[in-house]
Amino acid sequence: MQRHRLYATMLTATDIACVRGDRRLFSGLGFTLEAGAWIYLTGENGSGKTSLLRILVGLSPAEAGEIRWDGVAIGRLGDEYRRVVTYLGHHNALKEELTARENLSSGAALAGVNLDIARADAILAEVGLAGREELSVRFLSQGQKRRVALARLLWSESPLWILDEPFVALDAAAVLWLAGTLANHLAAGGMAILTSHQEVLIAGSIMQTLRLAA
Amino acid sequence: MGAFGVLSAVVRRDLLVALRRKSEVLTSLFFFVIVASLFPLGIGSEMDLLRKIAPGVLWVAALLAAMLSLNRLFANDYADGTLEQMALSPVPLGLLVTGKILAHWLVAGLPLVLIAPMLGLQYDLSSRALMVLVISLLLGTPLLSLIGAIGAALTLGVRGGGVLLSLLTLPLYIPALIFGAGAVEADISGLGAAGHLSLLAALLTLAVFFAPWATTAALKIALE
Repeated sequence: MQRHRLYATMLTATDIACVRGDRRLFSGLGFTLEAGAWIYLTGENGSGKTSLLRILVGLSPAEAGEIRWDGVAIGRLGDEYRRVVTYLGHHNALKEELTARENLSSGAALAGVNLDIARADAILAEVGLAGREELSVRFLSQGQKRRVALARLLWSESPLWILDEPFVALDAAAVLWLAGTLANHLAAGGMAILTSHQEVLIAGSIMQTLRLAA
Repeated sequence: MGAFGVLSAVVRRDLLVALRRKSEVLTSLFFFVIVASLFPLGIGSEMDLLRKIAPGVLWVAALLAAMLSLNRLFANDYADGTLEQMALSPVPLGLLVTGKILAHWLVAGLPLVLIAPMLGLQYDLSSRALMVLVISLLLGTPLLSLIGAIGAALTLGVRGGGVLLSLLTLPLYIPALIFGAGAVEADISGLGAAGHLSLLAALLTLAVFFAPWATTAALKIALE
């Protein structure tokens, strides 16, 4: 499956600083992320992990510093950068009133991707929700909701995945599935940045650890 | 997926959510029906007086009813993270926002337009005046949704946002109210409603172009 072009794509962050309220969370932060590699972002509660991820996806502006995708500042890339990034935050972005299938396909539609029913059901089956396609998300458990949210990784064609605590609420099988999905993504030339409070093992991948001091 | 496909997907999704949360949809419609019905009951059967106050009362009732559902326009999407995903979508946020406003009008505005002639009967309006009322609401309620969306976006995530939202949007609703109610009044007094309706249509055209843009800018600030 050739999902990503294998030429050198690169995310560089230089001298990033973040201020929340009157507190400086971090400053002078920098890294380079290349195709096939991932960053394991750690730090105590309140050290600014989520803030950093939101800066990296372009939701919040950084106090100082610059983020470049292939050498171009992400602010200048605009829609083009949003096309290469898939972000999953703390919130699952699911509508309780809609079914798992409806959530998956309407979530894809918001990103301009058309998922037909067969494709949506195949993706739901892969995340372990076969037979629950037509169940209102309200009736799913916390872990199952997270699985529906993570299902967006399976239709996403973006090379850069930025995931905030993707393993939260997942059971052992789902953790293994997600690690496998990440491994495939990286092997295909993708990149990932993720936070987690538990040890993450992704087979055969290049990992960088970035630790935020509180 | 083309722009139209995305737009219709957003509308479909919001309508589906609204359909499964019927109580919220019916609230503004019931509010409109009850307020508009209370006036004739309170005033009694003085037909001349009722005819005279009808345009103003019906328009104010419709305006308040449309405002009732405004704070939910973006609040749910904001709380569950959908708005974040919208802002990060390669599809321009303005297009998604336009879809949401359109869905809001279909749910909170269009039912008011459809039920208005029934309520107008209680005020002894002629069939011509009823038709002008429907046309003025048909032009006016989308305008209310568009202007309201700016307010809803500006007050997103603000504590006590509901009160602030009404303080912010009600003054902006005044032109719609004046020209909307004025159209019906002008028709009743035999002056012809065309002038008022044209102005209302002009305001709507202006809002269609500028409101989604302003709403998008306000949403981006709210998400930071």
